[in-house]
Amino acid sequence: MTKTNDNRLTLAKDLVTALEQGKEASVDTLLTEIAGVQEGQLFQEVGKLTRQLHDTMTGFSVDSKITSMTEHDIPDAKERLQYVITMTEQAANQTLNVVEDVLPVSEQLNQKSQQLSEKWGRFLDKEMPFEEFKSMSAEITDYFQKSNGSLQQMQDGLNEILMAQGFQDITGQIIKRVIDLVQDLEISMVELVRISGRKGSESENINEPNLPGPVVPGVDDKEGDVAASQDDVDDLLSSLGF
Amino acid sequence: MDKNMKILVVDDFSTMRRIVKNLLRDLGFTNTVEADDGKTALPILEAGGIDFLVTDWNMPGMTGIDLLKAVRSNPNLVDLPVLMVTAEAKREQIVMAAQAGVNGYVIKPFTAATLKEKIEKVFERIDG
Repeated sequence: MTKTNDNRLTLAKDLVTALEQGKEASVDTLLTEIAGVQEGQLFQEVGKLTRQLHDTMTGFSVDSKITSMTEHDIPDAKERLQYVITMTEQAANQTLNVVEDVLPVSEQLNQKSQQLSEKWGRFLDKEMPFEEFKSMSAEITDYFQKSNGSLQQMQDGLNEILMAQGFQDITGQIIKRVIDLVQDLEISMVELVRISGRKGSESENINEPNLPGPVVPGVDDKEGDVAASQDDVDDLLSSLGF
Repeated sequence: MDKNMKILVVDDFSTMRRIVKNLLRDLGFTNTVEADDGKTALPILEAGGIDFLVTDWNMPGMTGIDLLKAVRSNPNLVDLPVLMVTAEAKREQIVMAAQAGVNGYVIKPFTAATLKEKIEKVFERIDG
């Protein structure tokens, strides 16, 4: 600044001398030079602002938590939620398939038992000829045999519907994690707004969950450190002497 | 294997507890009690009378692995058979559970056949 001041003083003195001596050409040159000093200061200010902006931007991107969230957690969360859709869809389809399979079976059973019940009533009222009684007996025997299989099929179906409900636990755990992520993100955004006026925020450590939870195919099994199936678990345990 | 044995099912998701209970009933085990995390499970275990523990890992309050450790450090419960049924599938976790003294490990989602097989295996080893 002092140097610039000195420079300006010299320029001013030279300008006065030139004006007194009537040297028009020198006056013009000196005026241009004085204006140049002004411009130089302006450029310096712009330069400073640019540097500040640059530092702030760098400050943003080195905040490791935000970086990790945008680069890793958010796409990760998208895949996790996609998996939730897949799992709920599978469970719904599995349930609907069983219901569609079992409903006609139960309808048939119902129909047949109504028919037989009506015949049985006529037999009790002694309104049935012997020939028809013989055919009814055969029908009843047949009904017992078939109903065994049908009831077993219905029981298996109900068990399958039961198992299909397991999705709720898995998807619940996954959604809880995504909620946690959204919460973390919110906290980080608030923090970002708070520090954006200042420089030099200390970056936080990324805290890995100590319980990774359900394995989402394509997300959690990339590093090969998870058991992809019950067989993997069994192999690992048997290698440990189980 | 005594079909009348008393089984404690511990999971924070009630749907999963219902599934496990229904599967156990289907396998002939009708004597079941429930708890929603380690904290509520431990007093039930300490009160005595539980013959088999089926527990999840990731639960609020007290996790299944901490419950397992508490069980193994209690002289009255040290031999209680414990089956872990969990979505936690990291190799290091399975090793950790094995080291803590788990008797069987089933990862979710599982099938009725897997649960049956693992329960049978747990008691085969204990009875045999």
